[in-house]
Amino acid sequence: MMGRLLNTRTLPLLATVVVFVLIYAVCAAQYPAMLGLRVLGNLLTDNAFLGILAVGMTVVVVAGGIDLSVGAVMGLTTVALARLIEGAGLPPLAAFALVLAGGALFGAGIGAAIHVLKAPAFIVTLTAMFLARGCALLISTDSIPIHTAGYDALAGAGLALPGGGRLTLVAGIMLLTFIGGGILLHGTRFGARVFALGGNAHFAQLMGINTRSTTILVHAFCSLMAALAGIVFSLYTRSGYALTGTGVELDAIAAVVIGGTLLTGGVGGVAGSFIGVLIQGLILTWITFDGTLSSWWTKIAIGALLFVFIAVQRLILLASTRYGRSGAGPGAPTTPHPAASTPVARSSAPGAAAPSAP
Amino acid sequence: MKTLLTSRMLGNRSGKRLLGMGTAVLLGALAAGCDSGDKKGLTVGFSQIGSESGWRAAETKLARQGAEAKGITLKFSDAQQRQENQIKAVRSFIAQGVDAILLAPVVSSGWDEVLGEAKAANIPVILLDRQIDTPNVDLYLTAVTSDTIEEGRVAGRWLAGKVQGRDCRIVEIQGTVGASLVANRKKGFEEAIATAPNLHLVRTQSGEFTRAKGKEVMEGFLKAEAPGSICAVYSHNDDMMIGAIQAIKEAGLKPGTDILTVSIDGVPDIFKAMADGDANATVELAPDMAPRAYDILLAYRKDHAPPPKWVQTPSKLYEPDTAAAEYARRKDLY
Repeated sequence: MMGRLLNTRTLPLLATVVVFVLIYAVCAAQYPAMLGLRVLGNLLTDNAFLGILAVGMTVVVVAGGIDLSVGAVMGLTTVALARLIEGAGLPPLAAFALVLAGGALFGAGIGAAIHVLKAPAFIVTLTAMFLARGCALLISTDSIPIHTAGYDALAGAGLALPGGGRLTLVAGIMLLTFIGGGILLHGTRFGARVFALGGNAHFAQLMGINTRSTTILVHAFCSLMAALAGIVFSLYTRSGYALTGTGVELDAIAAVVIGGTLLTGGVGGVAGSFIGVLIQGLILTWITFDGTLSSWWTKIAIGALLFVFIAVQRLILLASTRYGRSGAGPGAPTTPHPAASTPVARSSAPGAAAPSAP
Repeated sequence: MKTLLTSRMLGNRSGKRLLGMGTAVLLGALAAGCDSGDKKGLTVGFSQIGSESGWRAAETKLARQGAEAKGITLKFSDAQQRQENQIKAVRSFIAQGVDAILLAPVVSSGWDEVLGEAKAANIPVILLDRQIDTPNVDLYLTAVTSDTIEEGRVAGRWLAGKVQGRDCRIVEIQGTVGASLVANRKKGFEEAIATAPNLHLVRTQSGEFTRAKGKEVMEGFLKAEAPGSICAVYSHNDDMMIGAIQAIKEAGLKPGTDILTVSIDGVPDIFKAMADGDANATVELAPDMAPRAYDILLAYRKDHAPPPKWVQTPSKLYEPDTAAAEYARRKDLY
């Protein structure tokens, strides 16, 4: 019973949950105020944009890719929104629709470039990152406040929690995104194709999966999430600024890895990424509560955690292949090809469309 | 909330057992942690932008020293140049129930929401060294800043006086784009040199307030302009100027003689450069913003009279004659 439940998919996730609970317990022991709903509400609101980015990133990483452009796309979205609403006088909802469509198109372009050029996702999305950041700075180098009346109402919307905290609209959007992302990845045919592509692109092609459309859709989804994160960030600060989200793509990747998704693709899920985001937020909150530590300790702690998680994942994978339990997600073959889930087998596949992560 | 989420994600028996253990740990912690410490002095949260320049490090150091001298418990948070980190820090300060918040905002807009929360929690917020862009000035108690336009003017006036009618091509190294400070230091300087037709601002580029970038930008200027045609360099901070001085030396020119320098901040290294004859002038941006804010705060808590919305710090220009003494006075502060 336990053996069946604790496989390569659930073990990393379980480890993540344990780490989260431990950190929260330590924090709460030191600062009881951290147990309050206010801190929890803050944690969800303050990390809403990161969570949404992590949903998109999870899907890309499960598909065996990576996307370094999400932070820049988010920044571009905030500036574009500010310009559309304040400059062009567009109603906020119309502006949202425009930037979401723009984001999805941008991502589809990235996916097409990766597939057609057979270029590593790392390089293509790096190019996209420079492109998006450059466009954002071209639109405006200043931070543009959004004062439209309806915007304030949207930004301020939320449910009061007992204890002074609030479950804000942006936090709600983030939670819904995670649920939606979970359904997409684990409950649809598209999700199954994503796992197959990340597990072994060559086999996926042989199985009759259209790797081109899957790659394009995966990246379109990820950039769509980046644009949504941009909307959330613009609601969060009621302004647009071109340098928003510098380096945040790396935080999103860290959340995904801490959450138990393998950077080699084919294994993972959004639930772990959610905890990964919360762990990062929690460490920063704890450091702020302490008030004497340098906040660069956040980076050191995240770095150490990442290292531990990567090592743990590797060990679990090794152990599971030795005992014949495959690390398969839904949609991938379960037991007959235990070696199929190891990177060695995959990298020898010629013409793999989705390159593995660096 | 958290219980719901974790059980959804685990969805199995071992998970539930684990969750039970976790809850027990949490409850134990709650019981153990009820003594929330001494409540003697004030607790003040300070959300600092980062530690990108020597000036900011000095501001932080003076904030710590000043707090200690006045018996204030300072909760310090370095935002690493990111607005979201500052918003998180301010929210954490509110959740902790601090008595006041000092905020050095990294950008000018986007603070309404979180400052509104501070106001709702009756926690006064004092802005340090930069203003914010908001239609609702009730969101903060006061702003302790220098007049950043005046700083640019002081620098420009000094240069106009120094070159005395001689034709002068000036290059400008700007700070990080997006900050009101940068626009103002540029505006003030341009105002001051507009009165002198012999002064021309020929090139301007961002050096992002860092030495390395300042050096890089100056190298670019020296390559782009004809040799010997740059007469002066104006930098939005001293750190970029120190980088630029290095670039000028590497190009085989003598900074302070072949190319005049004027910059803003007054960090020790620029005084050292002035004492060595490598720099000509700096406009001091007084780094003791936080101690001034503590005084305002203590006075406000005593008599509840709101202070003026803008408390201005002086912008004084220093030249090489006093540089050695000023360097000795400051070097331990930074």
